[in-house]
Amino acid sequence: MDERNDAPARWQDELYDLLRGNNVTQFAYVPDAGHRILIDRSLADPGAYSVALTTEEEGVALLAGADLGGARGVLLMQSSGTGNCVNLLSLIKGGRFPFLTLVSMRGDFGEGNPWQFPMGQAVEPVLAAMGVICLRIERPEDVAPTVGAALTMVFQSGHAVAVLLTQKLLGAKQF
Amino acid sequence: MATEMPASAIAPGFILDRCDAVPALIGRHEDFLIISGLAGTSRDVAALTRDGAHTYTMAGAMGGACMIGLGLALARPDKRVLVVTGDGELLMNIGALSTIAVLNPANLAIVCVDNGHYGETGYQKSHTSLGVDLEKIAAGSGIKATRTISARRELADGARLLREGNGTAFVVLRVKPTDPPAFKRNMDPSACRNRFRAALLGPS
Repeated sequence: MDERNDAPARWQDELYDLLRGNNVTQFAYVPDAGHRILIDRSLADPGAYSVALTTEEEGVALLAGADLGGARGVLLMQSSGTGNCVNLLSLIKGGRFPFLTLVSMRGDFGEGNPWQFPMGQAVEPVLAAMGVICLRIERPEDVAPTVGAALTMVFQSGHAVAVLLTQKLLGAKQF
Repeated sequence: MATEMPASAIAPGFILDRCDAVPALIGRHEDFLIISGLAGTSRDVAALTRDGAHTYTMAGAMGGACMIGLGLALARPDKRVLVVTGDGELLMNIGALSTIAVLNPANLAIVCVDNGHYGETGYQKSHTSLGVDLEKIAAGSGIKATRTISARRELADGARLLREGNGTAFVVLRVKPTDPPAFKRNMDPSACRNRFRAALLGPS
């Protein structure tokens, strides 16, 4: 159990139900404490595929393949992982594939590990450069409406959207 | 157009011609939804299928082919999915074999057309010319149905494995480093996405 408060249990459970209610069936991730509940729910869900990745860029390609087959997926990753995705985002932008990622932020508000800052602070400009729209969330009550908006932007309008779960929302990891 | 390698630069065992061996291994291509990696394998697949709507042939996003195949295979368990990629493209994201082996979808098969070289950029040697064995990596990743094919007599066994369906299959097809068939295909990634989805899913 990490040091962050237990409020994430509630909004992460709501978030999982929201994603499943919108027919998201492929959950791809590199394990991360910020997405623990979503990952565990996907592992326990017989109606969903829980896909553990060795690197986040695998998830970008996975979601494009899901779309080719008419299925929906989401990539759960930490801010560091966005850097691993960059060239594979060529596939999303060039192919105009719908793309949804939830990014748990590090190197952000209250970060105590200096190694996390370079990529954490580069997340938004890097994603923007590859055509991914970023939506930041700082309060638990904004999670469901923001992810709901992202689902519409992605699966109705065919856009690429990253929802950034900030350290104001998640709490900064204690060292 | 890249030049062919002098015979002295080719590692032993790389003797098949991809222009014959790839069609012989795949056989009836309509049996599959096909994802291809960069350059050579995309031209192999486009020539074989006349750039068919059941194919998504890449020309960038190197390292993505196997995982696109996984996403498609999970989305459509009722269809057989074939990934055809090269040694260089596969090596760029070799961890994908581990990710795929863990899920082991029965409707997914991967063919790596291994010419031991980066053909598109001037036939520089790849790791497979220098001792790296992709079948051992696939087997070590946990994929149970694996083969290396380097002679004509082995092609029929490989073709059978691609259709067997007891779990994900992985076939290394060793070929000499010569050019793939010339074929002008649609290289617009968005138009090809729409084409593929319309053929598979009907009008959206």
